[in-house]
Amino acid sequence: MNDSEPGVVIVGAGHAAGTAAALLRQYGYAGAITLVGDEPIAPYQRPPLSKAWLKGEADAESLMLRPLGFYAEQRIELICGVKATAIDRAAKTVALADGRRLAYQTLILATGSRARPLPIPGADLRGVLSLRSAADAEELKAALGPGKRLAVIGGGYIGLEAAASGRALGAEVVVLEKEPRILARVACETLSSFFTAYHQARGVKFELGAAIESFVGAGGRVTGVKLADGRVIPCDEALVGVGAAPNEELGRDAGLECRSGVVVDEDARTSDPAIFAIGDVTQRPMPLYERTFRLESVANALEQAKQAAAAIAGKPRPAPEVTWNWSDQYDLKLQLAGVAFDTDDIVVRGDPGAARFAVFHLRGPVIRAVEAVNAPAEFMAGRLLIGQAKPVDRARLADPAISMKEVAAA
Amino acid sequence: MAKITYIEFSGTERVVEVAKGLSVMEGAIKNNIPGIDADCGGACACATCHVYVDEAWREKVGERSDMEESMLDFAENVQPNSRLSCQIKVSDELDGLIVRTPESQH
Ligand SMILES: Cc1cc2nc3c(=O)[nH]c(=O)nc-3n(C[C@H](O)[C@H](O)[C@H](O)COP(=O)(O)OP(=O)(O)OC[C@H]3O[C@@H](n4cnc5c(N)ncnc54)[C@H](O)[C@@H]3O)c2cc1C
Ligand code: FES
Repeated sequence: MNDSEPGVVIVGAGHAAGTAAALLRQYGYAGAITLVGDEPIAPYQRPPLSKAWLKGEADAESLMLRPLGFYAEQRIELICGVKATAIDRAAKTVALADGRRLAYQTLILATGSRARPLPIPGADLRGVLSLRSAADAEELKAALGPGKRLAVIGGGYIGLEAAASGRALGAEVVVLEKEPRILARVACETLSSFFTAYHQARGVKFELGAAIESFVGAGGRVTGVKLADGRVIPCDEALVGVGAAPNEELGRDAGLECRSGVVVDEDARTSDPAIFAIGDVTQRPMPLYERTFRLESVANALEQAKQAAAAIAGKPRPAPEVTWNWSDQYDLKLQLAGVAFDTDDIVVRGDPGAARFAVFHLRGPVIRAVEAVNAPAEFMAGRLLIGQAKPVDRARLADPAISMKEVAAA
Repeated sequence: MAKITYIEFSGTERVVEVAKGLSVMEGAIKNNIPGIDADCGGACACATCHVYVDEAWREKVGERSDMEESMLDFAENVQPNSRLSCQIKVSDELDGLIVRTPESQH
């Protein structure tokens, strides 16, 4: 096949897309590869946007997934700043907003997800921000600084990371969460109360169980967050971090099966055999957990990029991986592996008071998920044990005097 | 700038100039050197940037941190000269450094 014949078109030029393009070449795929993304820049990494980059500890260049020269060198055509608007599955073409139409033999949807807006009055005021793209992060960073008041709506990982980075930049931070605890959707109570206390000790205030009614403003700019009990929490900026929604419209409009994400199989193939989908946009099988799920993580983007690239290049399907993730806040490194589905017990190992501990979620004697704070051995061993579904002895797991190597070997 | 030699598992050698302050991992990614995955982008959270530091350079490169040590404990084919390359900062001291990449990072 040569480059003038339709090859692989990848829509979305984010973490999953950039990785899939690179892997296709690495796996020996010789046809044309075209990446189309609506952001103005080449594929980059989002995790530092709320962490090292926001605090000023990493520069813009270090965010780039690959150096710019990579794409030309690898004969990957990169179209930036152009949105794909429709897929014609019968003609095997993708229409772009600039009028172009790209023919494909294989299409990969890697459109990611977007920050969920908060549908309340005042959400369109200036200073009400979200954090998904490098452009969003620039805006947030410019708004933070000594004495600035930041209200974070939503106590999830991105909100808490932004809160920690905001404190590092000298801003006053209040986190408003509608649930009675932060991280309610994604972490256990032990972790929620640990992070709440850790942030409080570093000057972050919390409004838990907060019923947010509206943003109030003056002259078109946000000045506060109004609660149902009548109080107004004053702020100079409000960051809305209430989760993400999959950018599945392109797939859905083309008739691909969607269910809170584009539904894919273990090769990342959609209901159309010529179309794959990877990354945040997918509803994917989780073989270890006997269900499908939509994951939002770099590990997931990388794993599915491998699956799709292997299938397209005719390589064997890679072994299923245990999903994992991480979060940096202050001097804490949180590492997560697996998902706590159908678990019936929790084992805490180590001492939350010493900011070094891990929470294991078990079903019977089998570890299904681990949340490790400054506890890399617990994370690494936990990830291994989750993948092996190997029974463990709870008493030994709970005893920090017995090393994770020994626990894993038993 | 420091000259760094990356030697792949297959034996392929690449010598590149890496700016001071970058990590040995970033030096590989920027120069398109295969063999280092760096899934977490340098957060010391993934252990997929594992390299073997040439014996002659072990002392200059320094010791593993506790965090790194624990991560490496569970990586594959770990040797006494194993390091996570995202945790090695390039300096003038390291001009001439030689590292080898393992067969696989996963
Ligand atoms: C602030 C922040 C911190 C994070 N921290 C972590 C972390 O610590 N660890 C972790 O594992 N994960 C983290 N994540 C999540 C991680 O970044 C995502 O899971 C990952 O980026 C998903 O990759 P993707 O390629 O699926 O989507 P994206 O990287 O979002 O890429 C999708 C791209 O497609 C573009 N696009 C969408 N529709 C179209 C269209 N119609 N036409 C053209 N282009 C289109 C989008 O604009 C975007 O550029 C974080 C995310 C954010 C925002
Ligand atoms: S890049 Fe992840 S640990 Fe070095």
